[in-house]
Amino acid sequence: MSADPSASVLRFEGVSLAFDETPALDSVSFEVRRGETRIILGSAGSGKTVLLKTALGLLKPDSGRVFVFGGQIKDLTEARLFDIRARVGILFQEGGLFDSLSIGENVAYPLLNQRLLRVEPAEALRRAGEALRFVELEHTLEKFPSELSGGMRRRIGIARAVVSRPPLVLYDSPTAGLDPITAHTIISLIIKARDLENTTTVIVTQRYQDGIWLDNFRYNPKSGGLEPVRHAGPDKPGTMFSVMREGRIVFEGDRKELEGCRDPYVAKFVKRETSAPLRSRSGAGTEPRP
Amino acid sequence: MLDFLKAPIQSVQDFFVLSAKTIRGVFRRPHYWDDVFLQMDVIGFGSLPIVILTGFFSGAVMALQMSKALAQYGAVGKTGELVTISLVRELGPVLTSLMVAGRNSSGMASELGSMKVTEQIDAMRALGTDPVQKLVAPRLMATCSVLPLLTVVADFMGMLGGFVIAYTLLQMSPEFYWNSAWQSIGYSDIFQGLIKPFSFAVIVALVGCHYGLRTTGGTQGVGRSTTRAVVVASVWIFVLDFFITRFFVNI
Repeated sequence: MSADPSASVLRFEGVSLAFDETPALDSVSFEVRRGETRIILGSAGSGKTVLLKTALGLLKPDSGRVFVFGGQIKDLTEARLFDIRARVGILFQEGGLFDSLSIGENVAYPLLNQRLLRVEPAEALRRAGEALRFVELEHTLEKFPSELSGGMRRRIGIARAVVSRPPLVLYDSPTAGLDPITAHTIISLIIKARDLENTTTVIVTQRYQDGIWLDNFRYNPKSGGLEPVRHAGPDKPGTMFSVMREGRIVFEGDRKELEGCRDPYVAKFVKRETSAPLRSRSGAGTEPRP
Repeated sequence: MLDFLKAPIQSVQDFFVLSAKTIRGVFRRPHYWDDVFLQMDVIGFGSLPIVILTGFFSGAVMALQMSKALAQYGAVGKTGELVTISLVRELGPVLTSLMVAGRNSSGMASELGSMKVTEQIDAMRALGTDPVQKLVAPRLMATCSVLPLLTVVADFMGMLGGFVIAYTLLQMSPEFYWNSAWQSIGYSDIFQGLIKPFSFAVIVALVGCHYGLRTTGGTQGVGRSTTRAVVVASVWIFVLDFFITRFFVNI
C-alpha cells in the first residue's frame, strides 16, 4: 500500500447492479481517501447495503469498477477476495453474528479463519477478549448471541469488525432500530475505533445525527472520552457525506455543503436540531445524559 | 414470453453450480471435520428413532399384506423372502431417504435459510470462510455416510417387523423365516440397496442446502424454502429411484 496519506482506500467507478432488472446501484461513483470518514445517507431501499456488499466483493457489479486499496476487485476469485477482506472490517445491520458460536468464538472468528490473519486459538481468544473489553462487554465471552440484546449484539459486531485492526471498516446502518441512548453508545464506539487506529470509516445510515456525531467528535485517549473537534488538521481528511436515492448518489460533499443543499430529498436528511446533544463527558460505551 | 421459465431454469442452473462447487469442496482443503461429525450425529443418530419405527412397521405391514395374497397360492412360506427383497431393494432405501429428507432437507433449508436472511452467510464470506466448504460440503459428506447405514438399520428392522408377524400370526418358525430371508438376498440386491441411499443422500443434502442458500424474504422466505426443499427432495428421490431400478432390472 502506498504511503500517500490521501491515497484512495475505496473507489467506485460507474458501478451498476440490478436484481431482476430492478436497479440497486445505478452508475455509482465515489472515492474514499485514507483516514476519511464517509457517511452515506439514504432511506430504506436506496441501495446502501448493496453498496457496502459490493465494496467487499460479496456482490458482483453488472458494470463499472470497484477498487479497494487501489486494486480492482470485480474479477477476483473468492480466494483472492478473502485476502482483500482480511483488511476490511464490517458490521452488518443486525450484527451478522453466528448463532451457533459463543461470543468469544464469534469475535475470534476472523483471527481463526482469515488466511492472512490466522493466529493460534489461545492468542485469538486473548485478542477477542481485548476487543470485547473495547466494547465493554468482556463478561459476555462465554454467552451466545441469542442471550444478548440488539444493542449488545451490535457492539459485539463492532468488536468482531475491529479485532484484526483493519485499516478500513464498513458499518451497515449501525444505529438502525436502536433507542437513542444505545445508538449513542454505538456511535461513540465507532468514533473510538476510528480514532484509536486512525481507520478509514464508511457508514451507511438513515440518521443524519450519526454523521453529525462522527463529524463533531473525536476520541481522546487521555481522558478516555469523546471531545468536540475544534479544528480539522490540514493533513487529516475530514468527514464527507453522500446521499443515495434509488441506487444513485444524488449528493456528495462536506457537512456545510450538505446543510446548504436545496435538493428537497437531501434536505429531508438534514435536521439542524440534532447537532447538539452529545456531551464531551461521554466515553465510548457509556450512556449519555439525554 | 418465456419469462415464466426463467426462474426455474435459473434455479436448476444454481443447483448444478452448487453441486459442482460442493463436490470440488469435498476434495479440497480446508475440511471442516468437526462439522462433518456433528452433522453425522444430527442426521444419523438423530434420525435413528424414526428410521427404526418406520422400518419395523413397514416390514410388519408388508408381511400382513403379503401373507394374505400368498395364502391364495398356498405360498405363505414365501413371506420372509418377499418382505426381505422388497425391503432391501426398494422400501428400505426409499422410506429411509424420505424420512431423512423430511427431517434433514427441511432442517438444512431452514438452518441455512435463517443464516442467509440474518446475513450470517455474508458474514462468513466477509470473514474468510467459503460457505459451501464450511456448510454444504460437511452436510453432503455426512448424509452420504449415514444414509446407507440408516438404510441397513431400516432393512433389518423391517425384516424384524416381518418376523414378528410371521412368528405370531402365521406360525412360522424363526429358523425358516430367517433362513428364507437370508437366502433370498443376492449381491445385486445388496448393491442396489446401498447405491440407492447413497444417491438419495446427494439429493437430500444438496436440495436442502440449495433452497437454504437461495432464501430471501425474511422468516416467511425460510418457511417457503423449507417446504420446497422437502417437496423437491422427495419427488427427486422417486424419480431417481425409478432410473436406478430401471438400470438394475436391465442388468
